[in-house]
Amino acid sequence: MLTIATGNKAVADAVKAAKPGVIAAYPITPQTEIVEQIAEYVTAGDLESRYVPVESEHSAMAACIGASVAGVRTFTATSSHGLLYMHEMVHWAAGARLPIVMANVNRALGPGWNTWAEHTDAFSQRDTGWLQVFVGTVQEAYDATLMAFKIAEDERVLLPMMVNLDGFALSHITQSLDTVEIGDFLPPYHLPHAIDTENPCGYGPMTGPADYFRFRWDIERSMRDARGVIAEVEREFAERFGRSYGPTEDYRCEDADVIVVAMGTLGKEAEVAIDRLRDEGIKAGSMRLRWFRPFPDLDLAGRDVVVIDRDYSFGFGGVVAHAIRSKTGIEPYSVIAGLGGQEVTYNDIADFVRNRRPGTETWFGVSDHV
Amino acid sequence: MTNIVERSVTNLSAIPKEEYLYKCTSACAGCSSSLCLRYVLKAAGPDTVLVVPACCTSVIQGIYPGTAMNVPVYNVAFAAAAACASGMSEAFSAMGRETNVIAYAGDGGTVDIGIQALSGAFERGTNFLYICYDNEAYGNTGMQRSGSTPLGARTTTTPGGKPTAKKDLDRIIAAHNPPYMATACSAYPLDLYKKVKKALSIEGPKFIHILAPCPPGWRYPTEKTVEMGKLAVKTGTWILYEREFGKLSISGPSRAAMKRPAPLEDYIRGQGRFKNLDPATLDLMRQQVRQNIERIAREEEGVC
Repeated sequence: MLTIATGNKAVADAVKAAKPGVIAAYPITPQTEIVEQIAEYVTAGDLESRYVPVESEHSAMAACIGASVAGVRTFTATSSHGLLYMHEMVHWAAGARLPIVMANVNRALGPGWNTWAEHTDAFSQRDTGWLQVFVGTVQEAYDATLMAFKIAEDERVLLPMMVNLDGFALSHITQSLDTVEIGDFLPPYHLPHAIDTENPCGYGPMTGPADYFRFRWDIERSMRDARGVIAEVEREFAERFGRSYGPTEDYRCEDADVIVVAMGTLGKEAEVAIDRLRDEGIKAGSMRLRWFRPFPDLDLAGRDVVVIDRDYSFGFGGVVAHAIRSKTGIEPYSVIAGLGGQEVTYNDIADFVRNRRPGTETWFGVSDHV
Repeated sequence: MTNIVERSVTNLSAIPKEEYLYKCTSACAGCSSSLCLRYVLKAAGPDTVLVVPACCTSVIQGIYPGTAMNVPVYNVAFAAAAACASGMSEAFSAMGRETNVIAYAGDGGTVDIGIQALSGAFERGTNFLYICYDNEAYGNTGMQRSGSTPLGARTTTTPGGKPTAKKDLDRIIAAHNPPYMATACSAYPLDLYKKVKKALSIEGPKFIHILAPCPPGWRYPTEKTVEMGKLAVKTGTWILYEREFGKLSISGPSRAAMKRPAPLEDYIRGQGRFKNLDPATLDLMRQQVRQNIERIAREEEGVC
């Protein structure tokens, strides 16, 4: 059904369609509208989920862990400090192989207090074993959340999944949204290792190095298998509902000499910059990176690459720039921009391309090339 | 239902023979918390899940792929037991299952790092039983002080004796007005068994606080574990009671002890952790025991 919605509302609507058994929720700006909207659905009887209003994000993830292993689909949403506060349990959820789905509305970290978009919160969970996708539109927030349940719960994956959307820049803006009748797109929740009191097992007991190491390898094996599962689910989604997604969203890349790689809303903004640059005769393209974990293989050979990082790893560099460098061997022009919600327009992005100096890094509006 | 249970279980031989904690535990010699767990599980029966945060029970259950437990045990991070149990309880309820969810946590995981999640779960009215087995220090990591360590006790982080009193967990729990809460002690397994049975017959958040003497931590010979628990009760240091829907009733063993408590020295003399207590601290401990006895007695009489 065609309607209009904010990014947060789109996530809540996808959760309503997925019908989790338990939703644990704790408020934090700019995510709060997701859990408020879900509370409305539950109270009105439009969604038959157990809504657990926990006292912290650490407990939100702990409650999802308990519910997921007991045998029901689970969802939570968070942002920024909330995500960091639950960090211990984020690791636990992946290690316990529980397909919990979480929306993370990307927001900067204090101090000072700043509620605007930045990707450092999600990237700080990089090594937890969670699948991570970043969306660029309201429609994609809805579609990616629906697909997240199917991907995470697939027996070849059984890992939790985080759907990332930019704080305010997407969570609070209104765009058109086409909701779907999901039919049997999502199979009933089935966890092979769900708690069964007739077959009592120990979950996560003390484990020696040899077994522990094997369990870690098993996570990585599933992360590798997830690439194929993601492609399958995205293909099925396109067949059923007519919207296609892949590891990246490529815009005018075929003949491009220079490609802008960015994530989230900046990746969409880049498309406008590309049109401007093309008008000037610059053969530019945009590759919006959707998947962060598992990280996709990118075809960037022979092109200049401009990477926009809305994050930073202090003492090292932009997280995405580094990932591109290590995956492709290409030395990108690394632009650090948009931290703490800094405004970055398509004109700015076009300037990044025009003034690019591959192999260097610049902090937009703060430092020159370094 | 409750009355039938109380009438029929009048001695240990009436407790079910089924074992849910096998003899192959990794517990220390003389461990009283594993004795408690054995009776807790006998009372709860097979349709039970234990949620265990980091504590001695993480070790006691054994090393993967072996286990000494014959019910599902969900091990979870230190601060997370009550929250994890909340989610589990909601999920079972959503599936129409009546499986018992029991969080079984040590004192550090309850009065210190886990208290936020515990408070939240009780405020939300979670249908589960939270059991704190209290050996009055971080036993699993080698006896560091916790908020539950009593005044004067030497631990590895209070080598000169703890300068402050034991946190009064039970009054914190009581402030949540749960439908059922009780204290118990490993030396009185029948009392513990009956309290677990009763707790599980009630809907909502239930709490049992068990004093669990610890030979290596309290520094007494392993064969004295039961005696140490009895002395804690007989001296009035540990009072056994139940509070059902706000109404307190003192349990049998403490009823007699509170009238004529044994000298506190009988309890502390045999424990290395109280060695070389200075007279002022001992005096303060006596005062605290007396005040606690008076407070509980007054509450039972309904005058406070």
